[in-house]
Amino acid sequence: MSYLIEGRTGQWEVVVGLEVHAQVISNAKLFSGASTEFGKGPNENVSLVDAAMPGMLPVINEMAIEQAVRTGLGLRAVINRHSVFERKNYFYADLPQGYQISQFLHPIVGEGIVTLDLDGGESRDIGIERLHLEQDAGKSIHDRDPRRTMIDLNRSGVALMEIVSKPDIRTPEEAGAYLRKLRAIVRYLGTCDGNMEEGSMRADVNVSVRPLGETELRTRVEVKNVNSIRFVMQAIEIEAERQVEAWEDGEEIIQETRLFDPNRGETRPMRSKEFAHDYRYFPDPDLLPVRLEEDYIAAIKKTLPELPDDKKARLIKDLGLSPYDASVLVADRETAAYFETAAKGRDAKQVANWLTTNLFGALNKRGVGIDESPVTAEDLGALVGLIEDGTISSKIAKDVFEDMLETGKAPGAIVEEKGLKQITDSGAIEAIVDQVIADNPGQADEVRGGNEKAIGWFVGQVMKASQGKANPGQVNQLLKAKLLG
Amino acid sequence: MSTQKHWTIAAAADALAKGEVSSRELTDQHIKAIEDNRILNAFITESFDVARERADASDARRAKGDVAGPMDGVPIAMKDLFCTEGVRTTAASHILENFVPRYESTVSGKLRDAGSVMLGKANLDEFAMGSANITSYFGSVKNPWTPKGANADLVPGGSSGGSVAAVSGGVAIAATGTDTGGSIRQPASFTGLVGMKPTYGRCSRWGVVAFASSLDQAGPIAHTVEDAAIMFEAMAGYDPKDSTSLDMPVPDCRAAVAAGAGGDAKGLRVGIPKEYTLDGMPADIQKLWDQGVTWLKDMGAEIKDVSLPHTKYALPTYYIVAPAEASSNLARYDGVRYGLRVPGGSLDEMYELTRAEGFGDEVQRRIMIGTYVLSAGYYDAYYVKAQQVRTLIANDFKSVFNDVDVVLTPTAPSAAFAKGEKMDDPIAMYLNDVFTVPASLAGLPAMSVPGGLDANGLPLGLQLISGVCQEETLFRAAAALEHAAGFTAKAGDAS
Repeated sequence: MSYLIEGRTGQWEVVVGLEVHAQVISNAKLFSGASTEFGKGPNENVSLVDAAMPGMLPVINEMAIEQAVRTGLGLRAVINRHSVFERKNYFYADLPQGYQISQFLHPIVGEGIVTLDLDGGESRDIGIERLHLEQDAGKSIHDRDPRRTMIDLNRSGVALMEIVSKPDIRTPEEAGAYLRKLRAIVRYLGTCDGNMEEGSMRADVNVSVRPLGETELRTRVEVKNVNSIRFVMQAIEIEAERQVEAWEDGEEIIQETRLFDPNRGETRPMRSKEFAHDYRYFPDPDLLPVRLEEDYIAAIKKTLPELPDDKKARLIKDLGLSPYDASVLVADRETAAYFETAAKGRDAKQVANWLTTNLFGALNKRGVGIDESPVTAEDLGALVGLIEDGTISSKIAKDVFEDMLETGKAPGAIVEEKGLKQITDSGAIEAIVDQVIADNPGQADEVRGGNEKAIGWFVGQVMKASQGKANPGQVNQLLKAKLLG
Repeated sequence: MSTQKHWTIAAAADALAKGEVSSRELTDQHIKAIEDNRILNAFITESFDVARERADASDARRAKGDVAGPMDGVPIAMKDLFCTEGVRTTAASHILENFVPRYESTVSGKLRDAGSVMLGKANLDEFAMGSANITSYFGSVKNPWTPKGANADLVPGGSSGGSVAAVSGGVAIAATGTDTGGSIRQPASFTGLVGMKPTYGRCSRWGVVAFASSLDQAGPIAHTVEDAAIMFEAMAGYDPKDSTSLDMPVPDCRAAVAAGAGGDAKGLRVGIPKEYTLDGMPADIQKLWDQGVTWLKDMGAEIKDVSLPHTKYALPTYYIVAPAEASSNLARYDGVRYGLRVPGGSLDEMYELTRAEGFGDEVQRRIMIGTYVLSAGYYDAYYVKAQQVRTLIANDFKSVFNDVDVVLTPTAPSAAFAKGEKMDDPIAMYLNDVFTVPASLAGLPAMSVPGGLDANGLPLGLQLISGVCQEETLFRAAAALEHAAGFTAKAGDAS
């Protein structure tokens, strides 16, 4: 898929890299025992360490290390056996220590790969540059008081994974696909809930443009803290267009941080140059370097669940699904689990069809997720089972499915209650066929005269007469035998 | 002052055990002594109510036969760098002038649990930055010692100046100190006391106001090597709240002291580093050092000339590493959550006004040096280089300790000097640490033991340094040296 911006001087390519901040799922913060529970009152989740009281010292939460390693393994990345926490020094009111403890020269995870599932079942690999652990800052609240700023330190010290991609992304759609895939991976792994609305996943977007064919990278601009996939895609489009225009007007793009304003559809500079920070990184002398044993990494590896890419490959290979269906089904952990339950012992392709077309349609209409589906995975499987064993036709199945959505009843019960069982008794079908032929001698003659297509009309009449319950295959066979035989 | 002056921990423990004195009596005597000697300015905050309460609790424990150990009931001074629950903790800084912690540092908590009685929070150089205790926001500390026939006020050394003044002035039996580049050993040398810096990581830094995290180490200040051992054992131990804490058992240092106390240094290999001979070093110091060599030799030690070739880089290295860490450690004093706040028109202005008013000149100087050496473009030339040199210095010691058990040096290049000297020359002041800084950079245990008096009747200390975690060796050597030196002079003897 190509995405090029038509400028006055020619076509421009967009180059994007993403830095995603993903909040680690852990009960405690990165360096303190304070709770990470969302939605608590201001400053309720704050320990002495988080408030940077005199003499307080950080102690690494081992759970955060384990989660970072899990995520690294899920990104098929190098796990660094030696990593170092450093201090990033700057003053801000919601940064109690006056520095953020982060990883700089020696991150815990190195290069990896995220495979994007693009439209039409295509896929493309995006490189991961690194993943490192760092502390979140607190929150400055400016709208509670006309003069003063309030500080909430609940988030202060919460563990974040910063996942940095290589500048491999070329279109807004790829950026969206990357974020969806990354979110799916961390959710499968249980290392981040991926909830962008609550801020547990946030993205900084690095954007540059260059004339098509140019191989050097031009100056990039960082668009900060974009909090939805849609906004990331919009921000890329808008920022790339701004840059193309600037270059074509003979302006120089400066390396800066900008903010995306979705209401006004623009990006604007966030910090002016005179406040450019010198972060004075140096290894945190309160913490020892993190050393990981091979055994430790191997033990975590053993507990990894089947990840989206592996699951997709298995669904294609073992169950014969199309790459497209497979990637839709593995896109999130719940859908994949639903599908696998429903497909157990059934025709997987048919289950996939029912899920992606009928169920997704119905859920969308109701605005609910698959975890709130009125139809259970077992019942959807049972419905396909009824089609497979000839109990009902696909057509009747659609009615049964509607009923299931309304009532939540099992398909077998609905078929039983409403007497929708397919008529497979050939005698009964034959009687209906005979009756329909007798009632329509003109059309019968037409078929006999060579217009075989008209036989379809007869099938419709017989189905109608049987209220849809006659087995269509048998009807077809009988009609052919009687009219053409 | 009455006869209780200059109790040792060991003597107090003995008298308490025999019922000759109660902790409350000892405590009241020392409270009285503090009140009579406020001219020393040894304390920033007196905590007499806490002291009496703990003394009574100690006596009650003893009455039930439930004694916590040799520190139980012993009145001590706590350097005001240790956070103490409910008792103001200032680090001798205006910026923490009214800070009362809701928590107790691990070390002060261990001493409390060992039954010791905290008389008050001892004065120090602001944030432990200084070698003369003249940078305290709460005023300088007076050295209880005075030169023969002169009337000059001497500095007690620093940064643990209040701690040594309290002990040498007889107003506390022992005191805690912290040592980043010599802040226990140099003031101990200036006041005729024993001051011991443990191996880095022996004493938890949790709850100690940080100066330079990779160097800060708490330790005891006392009259005798035995007292230092008793107190060290009470202070040390693994603390999971400090990631740099050593997860090792605390050695039996009192047994080591007993081994050396009779003047037995047989089999002890003592290294004499040639690099510690300085141009222009006072003759008295060279003489004492030579005397120390003779003493140890006479007690059966084997003396070896050794070389620590990177010694000359230690001081500049220290004055890069320590300010770098300090500049970051002190960033938290910003007026936002606790401590002094000077309001301003903007957040940045509030920071500037608060920190300009809250920090003294020396602290500001070190913050600026530290900020500079960590800055983009200078980091590799200064901080990274300094860390590399630090490794070389540590390696020097490592190779020397293949051949010797301890290294003997002077503790400081001079005796206590007069207030006002070196005050306008920071570099001259920094030179006070020239002999103590190398062991700090290498994380090694080291101790200053009083060796004798100079021509002016002022005490001089000898420093012993041992290998990492070799505290037992250090204490044994120190006990032998103490025995040979037979140092009994006390402040005020001459006057």
